Amino acid sequence: MGKYLELNASNFDSTVAEGVALVDFWAPWCGPCRMIAPVIDELAGDFDGKAKICKVNTDEEQDVAIKYGIRSIPTILFFKNGELVDQMIGASSKQVLADKINSLL
Amino acid sequence: MLDLAIVGGGPAGLSAGLYATRGGLKNVVMFEKGMPGGQITSSSEIENYPGSAQVLSGLDFMAPWSEQCMRFGLKHVMDEVTRISKNSDGTFTLSLAGGKSEEAKSVVVCTGSTPKRAEFEGEAEFFGKGISTCATCDGFFYKNKEVVALGGGDTALEEALYLSHICSKVYLVHRRDSFRASPSTVERVKNNPKIELVLNVSVKKAYGDKMGLNGIIVVDKEGKERDIAVPGVFVFVGMNVNNGILKQQDGTFLCDMDENGNVIVDLSMKTSVAGLFAAGDLRTKASKQVVCAAGDGATAGIQALEYVNHHA
Repeated sequence: MGKYLELNASNFDSTVAEGVALVDFWAPWCGPCRMIAPVIDELAGDFDGKAKICKVNTDEEQDVAIKYGIRSIPTILFFKNGELVDQMIGASSKQVLADKINSLL
Repeated sequence: MLDLAIVGGGPAGLSAGLYATRGGLKNVVMFEKGMPGGQITSSSEIENYPGSAQVLSGLDFMAPWSEQCMRFGLKHVMDEVTRISKNSDGTFTLSLAGGKSEEAKSVVVCTGSTPKRAEFEGEAEFFGKGISTCATCDGFFYKNKEVVALGGGDTALEEALYLSHICSKVYLVHRRDSFRASPSTVERVKNNPKIELVLNVSVKKAYGDKMGLNGIIVVDKEGKERDIAVPGVFVFVGMNVNNGILKQQDGTFLCDMDENGNVIVDLSMKTSVAGLFAAGDLRTKASKQVVCAAGDGATAGIQALEYVNHHA
């Protein structure tokens, strides 16, 4: 079972540079973020080897959050070969997130 | 075939699951698209749940509920229910996102409500880019900055107080000069030097640029405008009830609803459809309190148990 990738300022760009990546910006105090945490865990397993499922802890990685203009969490960004192609704000269902990833693959 | 399907994982859904499974129902599934806990997990504090004297964040308060409520066999499935319909044999079909479906002998609906938008110009454009409905989630992004809290109820005032601990200043913008919030909360807000009351105004529009929100324009009853330049606006203007899953293909609702779109139930949380129960914020005349939702859920769980054992 795959696990999500923890991103920070030093590995962010290189991780999303190739292929499809979902990046969940979250924080420990955020209820809706905690709510979708098990969904992100499952997606990491389902898309193991197909897409990169990543998380950014905005509390620890404020520079990354600022760089992407994050002002609300959870915000989920979708990258394809390093290019930001879509975003979703708020807690989405697993189906919605999986559909989005599949549409990018 | 499930004995009982519970749709929604807040205090009502968890309590329904606890009572139904502890009462002996075997095949009980709670559908909740992520971690259970519900709307209260976005509240900065809860201080009115009887028996819980310690003031906790909504997130910390709900943490033990899942564990306790799953102890007697309640199963949690992370699928999203898109529609509930009744079959000719009296059972129910739950349509799930992605095309799958599930059958159940009885259903407790407790999908709660979600924060309402205030519907001003620019609100949708800057939602998530400066406009938020969750202070505990997003207050952090406005540390030592000025923000607006919009609304006059308990949530608006409590969250304005919460934001005043993080932000340099909070403008509490409200369309009247009196508040629906409890008197003790109003007093705390009025005595808080970091909160400025901006009363008797409505929001005309939000403005900003590519990076996000830069402020709002409010207008008073005489038509005089005021520019409040802030990067963050928190909207607390009430809730919309989540009744969409009860809508049938022909546009009608599965069961009787009141004029506000809430499910009509009796004191047993029974709806107009046998085997279908509603609990929590979704039901008519709900007090929209955690303790009330939990009580509703317990009642619905007991009634569903009785229904499955004797009718289904």
